[in-house]
Amino acid sequence: MFKQLTCINCPLGCSLEVLIEQGKVCSVKGNTCPRGKAYAYSEIEHPARIVTTSLPVVDGDWRMVSCKTKAPIPKEKIGEIMELLQDVIVQAPIQIGEILVENIANTNVDLVATREVHKI
Amino acid sequence: MEHKQLLIIGGGPAGLAAAIEAKKNGVDDLLILERDACLGGILNQCIHNGFGLHTFHEELTGPEYAKRYIDQVNEHSIPYRLNTMVLSIDDQKNVRFISEQGIEVIQAQAIILAMGCRERPRGALNIPGFRGAGIYSAGTAQKLVNLDGFLPGKDVVILGSGDIGLIMARRMTLEGAKVHAVAEIMPYSSGLKRNIVQCLEDYHIPLFLEHTIVKILGKDRVEGVVLAKVDQDRKPILGTEKEYACDTILFSCGLIPENELSAQAKLEMDPITKGAIVSDSLQTSVDGIFACGNVLHVHDLVDFVSQEASLAGKKAAEYVLGDLKKSQDFVSIEPKGKTRYVIPSKIDLKNGKEDVVVRFRVGSVIQDGAIQVYIDGKKIVRFPRRIMAPGEMETITLKREWLSSNPSSIWIESE
Amino acid sequence: MYDIVIIGAGVIGCAIAYELAKYQLDVLVLEKESDVCSGTSKANSGIVHAGYDAKPATLKAKFNVDGAKRIPILSELLAFDYKNCGSLVLNFSEEGKETIQKLYEQGIQNGVEGLKILSKEEVLSMEPNVSDHVVSALYAPSAGIVCPFGMTIAFAENAADNGVKFIFDTPVETIEKKENGFLINGIYASKMIINAAGVKADFIHSLLEEPRFKIQARKGEYILLDHSASHLCSHTLFQLPSEYGKGVLITQTVHENLLVGPTAQDIDDKEGIDTTTDGLEQIQEKAKITIKDIPFSQTITSFAGLRARGNTGDFVIEESMDNWIDVACIESPGLTSAPSIASYVKEIVVDHFDPSLKEPYIARRKGFVNTKTLSDSQWNDLIQKDPRYGKIVCRCESISEGQIVDACSRSIPARSVDGIKRRVRAGMGRCQGGFCLPKVMEILVKQYGLDWKDVHKSNPESGYIIQKIKEGMKDDGT
Repeated sequence: MFKQLTCINCPLGCSLEVLIEQGKVCSVKGNTCPRGKAYAYSEIEHPARIVTTSLPVVDGDWRMVSCKTKAPIPKEKIGEIMELLQDVIVQAPIQIGEILVENIANTNVDLVATREVHKI
Repeated sequence: MEHKQLLIIGGGPAGLAAAIEAKKNGVDDLLILERDACLGGILNQCIHNGFGLHTFHEELTGPEYAKRYIDQVNEHSIPYRLNTMVLSIDDQKNVRFISEQGIEVIQAQAIILAMGCRERPRGALNIPGFRGAGIYSAGTAQKLVNLDGFLPGKDVVILGSGDIGLIMARRMTLEGAKVHAVAEIMPYSSGLKRNIVQCLEDYHIPLFLEHTIVKILGKDRVEGVVLAKVDQDRKPILGTEKEYACDTILFSCGLIPENELSAQAKLEMDPITKGAIVSDSLQTSVDGIFACGNVLHVHDLVDFVSQEASLAGKKAAEYVLGDLKKSQDFVSIEPKGKTRYVIPSKIDLKNGKEDVVVRFRVGSVIQDGAIQVYIDGKKIVRFPRRIMAPGEMETITLKREWLSSNPSSIWIESE
Repeated sequence: MYDIVIIGAGVIGCAIAYELAKYQLDVLVLEKESDVCSGTSKANSGIVHAGYDAKPATLKAKFNVDGAKRIPILSELLAFDYKNCGSLVLNFSEEGKETIQKLYEQGIQNGVEGLKILSKEEVLSMEPNVSDHVVSALYAPSAGIVCPFGMTIAFAENAADNGVKFIFDTPVETIEKKENGFLINGIYASKMIINAAGVKADFIHSLLEEPRFKIQARKGEYILLDHSASHLCSHTLFQLPSEYGKGVLITQTVHENLLVGPTAQDIDDKEGIDTTTDGLEQIQEKAKITIKDIPFSQTITSFAGLRARGNTGDFVIEESMDNWIDVACIESPGLTSAPSIASYVKEIVVDHFDPSLKEPYIARRKGFVNTKTLSDSQWNDLIQKDPRYGKIVCRCESISEGQIVDACSRSIPARSVDGIKRRVRAGMGRCQGGFCLPKVMEILVKQYGLDWKDVHKSNPESGYIIQKIKEGMKDDGT
């Protein structure tokens, strides 16, 4: 089957036409540079995103602590991760880089704080 | 009256980088004045990733990027004052500011302006309709969601496809809101392609190009919005109106440098950038006042803000230490073709030593074009560009040796 | 049982409350919105008209000229912003000269002082930015500008300081005639009712019987420009009504913004305070006749208000039923006339009740701190006493937390974001609350012990926050 993608590497935003068979890329058309082709492969075969959000903090000098998945996680896991985080409240103090949720949604990726929060 | 060698107004990315570089270059008697309760400026609420690729070669979130600079400020023991807002500056470089300690005045030998920018509000766009609650600029919503922890609405329409609007479309979706549409009056988005894909397409949020809001419904709280297609003059086309029920409207329609202080200091201003006119040392028309970052011109990436601010910090240090000579010997750089403006807009031919980094934006999308530099009417260099777009800043470097002939004109043409 | 219930806390209702507060009377003001000055009074030109517009021997003429004399005195006593800037009616045609002359004579007849007809040269020397198509003008040195919120709030606060009670969020839905007075909404008993319900005064009257007047809501749209554009003119500039219609005015406001408008459109919806594409375009077109290059790019907001246009051609101020006073059809020059109308209504009330003067009576009101007029040493004194006056919340207008807290601590306290904005101007600047909205909300939360969800823009229907992040997403399965 064919799938349309927009390349994200530059403002040109080439329309890529990707031929996919059994989840694997067979051919890429429409790209004007090699980066477009590479993008099509990764976006079709292993689409991944870094998820960033913020969580409520107890006793902190910030009301919320911002956080991210330490590495890109499979795109289809985003919803599950957001769902998981519904009940997470974090206790201050928090170090930047501190693991808030280990191996989130079995992705082998940790959710880490991206801000320092002091205890008040 | 108290004196300081250098005052830096603003503790966001520009102010931080400028202060660090000034300190590294030998200015010890300096102070950062920040109006918010913490350093880092708007980066604090930009919790998404994508910052720092140019500077640190890794993808950081806003708070992480800010932390790298705040740590350096602390390592260098650079003093700063929080919750402190500058009320006025005069052309004698007297800086009057207010805090819970009272109103104070410091006479500064040099000043770096790094106040950043603000969002263009709905009112400035003359969007008709009611004025109920639920109308926010995208950055205000970003603060409410990311820092305060509140969702301002559940059914959202966004006007403007600038990056903040796109980022907020994803952010509110992730927190349970439904974003029904993003409308953009121009035929192209000013946001990054990556954000179009990862903030809109990932979540099946439609982007309507050449559309605007023609009416806001709901007297007390937003109840809906009417979108319409626009013609080539950006005027709504009758009969194309379509109503969307929503409780929230976000505006992401451009940023304006916060230059009210610059006007008081009687700086010469550029009507296009809405920032000060600066030379290659980023010095304004008032001796010893420098400007950098979004207060000078709105940048696309914070990395470039930091780079520009570092130069301002270095040059301010030279000024303070007496190494930056006063000059009358300038050649101006003029935008030509689709180049909208250039920063800096003049180069000191006598005292300047370094190559000159020129930053600018184009007025419309150019495919397979080029940036060409003309010196005294003669084409010196051509930088081919596969694509140039108004949403992205262009950067080129002018070699100092090209200027050895003491030229009387420089043009930067984008076609 | 109250002696008097005033329906409506606009400038008229509040001015009357202010006058009646001088007497030993039990007075209640009922308002359907959550604050004073929430209808016609909040969205108008803010002009103190000199008084040449109204036909001689009308109530409009009488109250306008008298009101214009009272406002400068009241602005001192009650500490609201007023500026005697003078006005010009600009004439752009030969034929217009006759109308200018007529207006001049009408003004003299109405008792307006200092009127003068100016030549083109005189106009241009006073107002160099005015289009050189100007032919002549009527100059009224006694005209001025006032802050309509400031004036209304000042009346209300002083009335409340002197014991008048205000109840908000209470639309009047029923009125019963009782033996010794009236019963409103089945709750509030009163010997006398003063109907100051603005565009809805005819509806309020109709709760008892059909009134002799009808009120048409007439929408007026305005564009407000930033301080940077205010230098464009120093007097209020009217256009002489011509074949192109009534024209728009251009004026500085007391807070040194530039105000351009209004349009005039009769509408059916008495809540229809939305701006329109046509209206905003019309303003820009018409304003060009007066000043060619108005920097509309410096617009910070636009808004619309409704005028209560009566079908009688004049104000309706009368005891139309026993113990029932209508103060209705108060269109322009209603704001200017308000103090004079209030004094006239007071006379009727005093005739009825023959009340004693109140003692002790608080004649003066402490105004809001205006940091623009403070010296640094005065400002420092304030900060010494309360450091919150040194903590800037609204950066565009330099409004401190101390000022906002003060607005929340008065006899008619600000309870909403708009309430704060109208009293101390936080959020009134060029970013229109972009930066300070969350901070103002936080102060309201702290001040009143509110949940964030209960912070409103104006009334309880106008909340800002739907829910906490990560709360309630699961409920509806999203």
